[in-house]
Amino acid sequence: MADKPKINLNRIKMPKQEPEIRAHNFDEVATGYTLEMAKEEAGRCIQCKKRNCVAGCPVNVNIPEFVMALRDGDMWGAVDQLKANNALPGICGRVCPQESQCEFVCTLGKKGAPIAIGRLERFVADWECDQSDKPKPQIAPSTGKKVAIVGSGPAGLTTAADLAKLGHQITLFEALHVAGGVLMYGIPEFRLPKGIVQGEVDYVKTLGVDVRLNSVIGKIDTIDELLADSYDAIFLGTGAGLPMFLGLPGENLNGIYSANEYLTRTNLMKAYLFPEYDTPIKKSRRVVVIGGGNVAMDSARCAMRLGAEEVYIVYRRSREELPARAEEVENAEEEGIIFKLLTNPKRFIGDENGWVTQMECLEMELGEPDDSGRRRPIVKEGSEFLIDVDTVVVALGTTPNPLIPSTTPGLDTTRKGTVVAEEETGKTVKDKVWAGGDLVTGAATVISAMGAGKRAAAAIDAYLKG
Amino acid sequence: MYKIMHREDLTPQIHLFEIEAPAVAKKAQAGQFVILMVDEKGERFPLTIGGWDREKGSVPIVFMEVGKTTRKLAKLKAGDSIHAFIGPLGIPTHTDNVGTVVCVAGGFATAIVVPVAQALKDAGNKIISVMGFRNKDLMFWEDKLKEVSDELIICTDDGSYGRKALVTEPLKEILEANKDVKLVIAIGPTIMMKFASLTTQPFGVKTLVSLNPIMVDGTGMCGCCRVAIGDDTKFVCVDGPDFDAHQVDWDVLMARQKSYCDEEKTSVDIWEDYCRTQMGGKA
Ligand SMILES: Cc1cc2nc3c(=O)[nH]c(=O)nc-3n(C[C@H](O)[C@H](O)[C@H](O)COP(=O)(O)OP(=O)(O)OC[C@H]3O[C@@H](n4cnc5c(N)ncnc54)[C@H](O)[C@@H]3O)c2cc1C
Ligand code: FES
Repeated sequence: MADKPKINLNRIKMPKQEPEIRAHNFDEVATGYTLEMAKEEAGRCIQCKKRNCVAGCPVNVNIPEFVMALRDGDMWGAVDQLKANNALPGICGRVCPQESQCEFVCTLGKKGAPIAIGRLERFVADWECDQSDKPKPQIAPSTGKKVAIVGSGPAGLTTAADLAKLGHQITLFEALHVAGGVLMYGIPEFRLPKGIVQGEVDYVKTLGVDVRLNSVIGKIDTIDELLADSYDAIFLGTGAGLPMFLGLPGENLNGIYSANEYLTRTNLMKAYLFPEYDTPIKKSRRVVVIGGGNVAMDSARCAMRLGAEEVYIVYRRSREELPARAEEVENAEEEGIIFKLLTNPKRFIGDENGWVTQMECLEMELGEPDDSGRRRPIVKEGSEFLIDVDTVVVALGTTPNPLIPSTTPGLDTTRKGTVVAEEETGKTVKDKVWAGGDLVTGAATVISAMGAGKRAAAAIDAYLKG
Repeated sequence: MYKIMHREDLTPQIHLFEIEAPAVAKKAQAGQFVILMVDEKGERFPLTIGGWDREKGSVPIVFMEVGKTTRKLAKLKAGDSIHAFIGPLGIPTHTDNVGTVVCVAGGFATAIVVPVAQALKDAGNKIISVMGFRNKDLMFWEDKLKEVSDELIICTDDGSYGRKALVTEPLKEILEANKDVKLVIAIGPTIMMKFASLTTQPFGVKTLVSLNPIMVDGTGMCGCCRVAIGDDTKFVCVDGPDFDAHQVDWDVLMARQKSYCDEEKTSVDIWEDYCRTQMGGKA
């Protein structure tokens, strides 16, 4: 019997810019595998029968198949397998929380490091992007049906692409002056280059989708007016873009930003290139970011790149509960971001001109698990202390913007402001209206928004042909 | 891209542009605003609309040259285009019939007051207007405001036209003389709105102001435009721009408006330099 080759229990390391260098530029942190590296990593996959990874993926990408094709050097085969269920692999490979999804359940993970599925996904997507002889997408003959899609984040883009390929006439309305949603205004260039997002938007346009920017639905036409104006169905993918503040004393002082404002100025408006671009952002010395999710990590890492001397993450639970992608927490630590865990803000103190100068904090400890299953943070009485700051970024989460629900009679919303829609189809209780993504789930992930878009597209297509 | 259909210089520093934007024109109402970007590298900034023409599909905006952005905008001619024009945003001014309304206009905000006064007059109100300018040379639209007002008082800071006074003086006299004034609407520079508010407060007359904080998106996404109204924090772009003047925390608003003074100066310096060297002219 031939010797079984020994499995390498370690994954191939991702090439990255050195922390000291990348902390001062906005170029992508991870530079990506080479073909050799990708093939070697793909070769670690044992092609097990369990297919846990597929079940662990919110859109059930054919992971073992695309990894095998890559290993065998069949690049177009890998592309086809990958894109069968995932419209945005170049984006998902970069921003999905793989460690809690596909890679979490990888069989190899029991003995060593799971296959680096996200990195391979990114490699295959980037490879395809570089090819000049891409096959033309197949577009079905026109059905004569018109669909309006509101919001151009991952949910809206996916729905638009799928429905356009099925032959429907699609108009995509976006409130901002660029399409892409959070992918453009929130997630920074160094984690998700904007050229990649723009590539996806351009692809959607090549399918015949009419993208109308600067169009705030509810302020120009309402949903009912769009329906009366000849649209046969509508998909709402307006996301969860309304920032939450703490409601603490001093929160309106100058120098205190919501993460949405901080990131929008930096990424969408390119304030890091001020004064070449006109939008300014404060040059800070000591920045505190409040929160522990991806949004907080992105804000802190932007602050570093904008030239701050010290950047803190203040989070009320412990390291284990940090909701951000593990890789981003590591990256942030490497870049010198200081984590102040089990800490909560109490109030903000300003100078005579209204600028924030200090933040009073409280120490916390963890008690019994709460509804979310995480241990509840409890205030340590009398533990107040002060941190000197000149910039504070509040990254506590977002809820859906009420504009669409409030201008659309007949939609059902929850207490949290999300729109009620069926899980499997995205159908709302309102006739001819579907919804998906963060608008329905509250702030979640790119892949779940994309999955919702795919399911809604299938349901809308069935309805239009029914 | 949004075409400038028509340009008119109301004074050397104050300009009216009529922008082609049918979707906005179709829905615009008095008191609402738009967000503009002059070019791809420009900032997003708000301007309250100076009316609308639903047939032509256009929206007039009036602006004064202050910082880099407005100076850059002022360089454009009819036929040129701007990068983005988003609206109509904010809640329209409530224009119910309440009886007698005093409309106070400060400086270039006269352009915003005219459609508001028009809507209030159409609703059946009696309109007493007060308009104030620093001097005669900065004045415009006396005729337009006169047309929609039952009574019009004009003042200038230096007395070069009309009465030599700040708008608060005639405002106070009107309130003393007319017990039936039910509403005051004051729109102009923040400092003027603050003092108009202080003037009407002792009379207990409901007073609305149109606030103009720094904005980014203008749709409730960033919180840059937040102000303290009574005990609450409100986003001007979605909860306003009109607010009960007596509830506004003016100090917070004015401090936040100064957030980027230093950066603005840098921008203006670079722009002036650019104009001198590249365009061979004045900024
Ligand atoms: C800073 C940040 C970092 C993140 N990092 C990650 C990550 O690493 N991994 C991950 O999986 N997820 C991440 N997320 C979450 C992820 O980006 C979102 O879950 C996802 O983008 C939701 O997609 P969506 O299509 O539902 O909505 P969005 O992406 O929010 O798009 C909604 C779009 O609708 C537009 N819109 C809103 N109202 C209207 C209207 N009335 N008319 C017209 N258009 C309108 C908005 O302008 C926006 O463009 C992050 C989020 C943020 C903010
Ligand atoms: S301008 Fe961003 S919320 Fe008002």
